[in-house]
Amino acid sequence: MQQDWKAYDPAGFYDELISSPGNARLPAKKLISYLKSLSPEDFAARRQAADATIKAMGVTFTVYTDEGNIDRAWPFDIIPRVIAKKQWDKAEAGLKQRLQALNMFIDDLYHDQKIIKDGIIPEFVLKQSANYRPECEGISPAFGVWAHVCGTDLVRDDDGEFYVLEDNLRVPSGVSYMLENRSIMKRVFPDIFEQVDIAPIGDYPARLFDTLSALSPRQDDKPVIAVLTPGIFNSAYFEHAFLAQQMGAELVEGSDLVVQDDDCVYMKTIAGLERVDIIYRRIDDLFLDPEVFNKSSVLGVPGLMRAWRAGNVALANAPGAGVADDKVVYAYVPQVIKYYLDQDPLISNVETYLCYDDKQREYVLANLDKLVVKPANESGGYGMLVGPHSTKKERDTFAELIQKNPRNYIAQPTLKLSTAPTIVGKHTPEPRHLDLRPFILQAEDSYVTTGGLTRVAMKKGSLVVNSSQGGGSKDTWIVDTDADKKAGGKD
Amino acid sequence: MLSKVAERVYWTARYLERIESTARLISIYDKLLFDLPRSGKISWYNLITINSLEADFNNRYAVRDERNVIKFLLGDESSSSSMVSSLKAVRENVRTTRDVIPADVWYLINELNLYVQENLSLGVNRSKRHEFLNEIIRGCQQMLGILYSDMPHDAAWLFLRLGRNLERADMTSRNIDAAVSGMLEADDIEEAVNSGQIIWLNLLRSLNADISYRRATREAVKGEAVVNYLLTGREFPKSVAYCLKALSDSCADLPNAESVASDIDDIRHRILAKYSPELEGQPLRDYVNELQIRIINMHQRISQTWFPAWD
Repeated sequence: MQQDWKAYDPAGFYDELISSPGNARLPAKKLISYLKSLSPEDFAARRQAADATIKAMGVTFTVYTDEGNIDRAWPFDIIPRVIAKKQWDKAEAGLKQRLQALNMFIDDLYHDQKIIKDGIIPEFVLKQSANYRPECEGISPAFGVWAHVCGTDLVRDDDGEFYVLEDNLRVPSGVSYMLENRSIMKRVFPDIFEQVDIAPIGDYPARLFDTLSALSPRQDDKPVIAVLTPGIFNSAYFEHAFLAQQMGAELVEGSDLVVQDDDCVYMKTIAGLERVDIIYRRIDDLFLDPEVFNKSSVLGVPGLMRAWRAGNVALANAPGAGVADDKVVYAYVPQVIKYYLDQDPLISNVETYLCYDDKQREYVLANLDKLVVKPANESGGYGMLVGPHSTKKERDTFAELIQKNPRNYIAQPTLKLSTAPTIVGKHTPEPRHLDLRPFILQAEDSYVTTGGLTRVAMKKGSLVVNSSQGGGSKDTWIVDTDADKKAGGKD
Repeated sequence: MLSKVAERVYWTARYLERIESTARLISIYDKLLFDLPRSGKISWYNLITINSLEADFNNRYAVRDERNVIKFLLGDESSSSSMVSSLKAVRENVRTTRDVIPADVWYLINELNLYVQENLSLGVNRSKRHEFLNEIIRGCQQMLGILYSDMPHDAAWLFLRLGRNLERADMTSRNIDAAVSGMLEADDIEEAVNSGQIIWLNLLRSLNADISYRRATREAVKGEAVVNYLLTGREFPKSVAYCLKALSDSCADLPNAESVASDIDDIRHRILAKYSPELEGQPLRDYVNELQIRIINMHQRISQTWFPAWD
C-alpha cells in the first residue's frame, strides 16, 4: 500500500504543501510525487536512516528535568517544508528592513531617545522594559548596530502570508539545527536533491564569520573571535560548539577569559594570554560581567563591560540589544520602521493588543478565551495563555496577572497557523502547525538565511513548537519554480 | 590554543588509549586463562591489580571472579576507570573540543558509545565477548586513523600525542610491574619456570608486542629480554623509551616546555639509561616502581605547565 495522500486533509488551515486533498502546491509538486512513489517499507527505512544519522552526528539538545539534564536526540520530521522563492524574496527584504530599523531604534534609545521625544513611543514603555540597560547609555558600537544576529519568528496565517510573531535579539538559537537538518536530509533523500532546485543554505557560518570580523577593533590584524558559551549544560551547547567549529573560532567559557588592567580581553592559552577581538556571546546580558550586572555570575568575565565600553572588544549581540525584544516594543515596530526609514513594513506584525491601554485591556479581558496572552519579556514559549485551549481557572489567573501588571502583557488573536504534512506514527502524513525562524545578520551589510529553521508542533492541534516542549523540526526548502520553467524551455 | 581545550584533547587521547588497552587486555586474558595450569597464580583479578584498582573493586565486589572483574572493567558506570566511563569521558571531551577535532571523530565516538551501551551484555558473556571487544578496538583505531590522516599537526595534535604517549608509557610500565610481581609470587623454582613462559608471553601479547619482539630480538621469550625490549626498545611504539622520545619531540614544538622537557630528559637519561637486564626480582620491581612514579609525576608537570588554574 502506498502512502495515503488522498486522505490528507488540512481541515481549513493553510497547508504549505497541499492546496486541497490530493493536490500539491506548485513548489511542492515534485516532492509530493516523489514521496508518493516510495513504498511504505522504503519510507520507513528512510525514517530510520534519519534517526540513526541524528544519533551518529550527535545532534542533540539538552532538556532540564528534575532528574538532571538529559541530552536528547534532535526531533526531526523527514517531510520538508517548501516555500516558493518569489515569496521568500519578499520576506527576506522585509526581514532586512525590520532589523535595520530595530538597530536604529536601539541606538537611538541609548543615545538621544528621539523616538520618545517625538512622542512615537511612550516613555514608560522604555522605563519599565526589563531589558533596557542604563549601563549601555552613550555607547556607540560599530556601524551603530547592536543586534548583529537576530532570529525572527515568522508564521503564516490562513491567508498564506508571512507575519512576524516575535523578534529575538538577545541570544537566538537554532541556526545549527537548520544546517544539520539539511545535512540529514541530503543523506536520507539524496535522489530528490537532483530533481528539485533547492537553494543551498550552507554559507551561514561564513557569513556569521564576516559579520563578526567586521566588528573587530583591530581591523589591521586577523581578528581573534571567541564564541562565549555558558558551558556544556546549556541547552544550546551543541550549537555553540558547532558554530565555533564551523567558523574556526575559539569556543570559550567565562573562566577562559580575563580582562587585564589595559581593559583588553585575553584568553588563557597554552602560550600565555592572547588578546580577543570579538566575542560572540551566547549568555544573557545579566550574566556577562559580575562587575556590572549579576554579582554572583560565574558564567561571565569580570571587566568585560569595561573592555567593551573602551572599544577594545566587540560584543555580539551588544548588551542591551534585548530592549527591542520586549513584546510591547514589538507592537510598535511598524511605527519604528516608519519613523527611522520612512517606509511601510514589508512584513506585517500579528495584530497585538497592549494591556496597558485601558480600552485594549478591556477587550483582552473580555475575550481571554479567544486570545493568546504573552508576557512581554519571556522567551521559549513559557508563561503564555492560549485562550481556546485554556481552562476557566487559567483564564482567571491571567486576568489577575494582567490587572496587576498591565505593562507586562500583550495579547494576540489565536492565529490559524499554517500546517504541513508531518509523519505521525509509521508513515501517515497528517497536518501539523509550524512556524519559521530565519536568522538575520547585520554589521556593515546584512544577510538573511535562505529559509530558516522550521519548527513543528508534533501534537495534533497544538500550536507549541518549542523543542523544549515537544516540538519537532523540518528541513526548509526555498524552491525556485521559475528555474523549472527555464530548464523546461531548454528541452 | 586555549589551555582548557589543550587539556581536553590531552585527556581524549589518554582515555582512547586506555579504552583500547583495556579491551586488548581482557581479550588476551580470555585466551590466556585457557592455557594456564590450574595451580597458576594468574587470575582475572590481575587485571584489577595491573590498573591499581584494588580498592575500588573491593568496595563494590566481594568475589574476585571473572564475571565481577569484567563487569567492573567494562560496564561499571559508578567507577571512573570503567570502559563505559572512559567512553563517556572521551565523548564529553570531543564534544567540548569540536573546534579542533575532526568532525568524523565526533561521529565515530557517538557510534561507539551507542554500540557499547546497546551491547554491553555481549562483553560480560564469554561467547560473544571477543566480537564485542574487537568492535571497540576497531572503533578506537578508526578514530586514531582519522586523527592521523586528517588532523593538522598543530598544538592540538601535539597534545594528543602527549596524552597518548604518556598513557602508553604508564600502561607499559604497569604491565611490566604486574608480570614481575607475578613471577615473585611463584612458590618454587619449578613453578616459576612453568608459569614464566606464560607470564612473559602474556605480557608481550597484552601490548601487542609478541611478533615485533621476536623479529627485533631474535630471542626466545625470556624475562630479561622481554623487559629490556618493553623498556628500551627504540622502534616499538609502546616501549617506555619510544614513548618518552615521542613526548620529548612533542615538547620541542610547544611553548613554555622547558620544565616538562627537562623532566623527560631526566627520566630518559638518569633512569631508563640505568636499566640493566641483570636486574631481576625485587630490585627490578623497585626499579619499575620508581619509573612509574616518575611517569605519574610527569602528568602533574604537564598539567601545571599548560593547564594551570591561573588564579
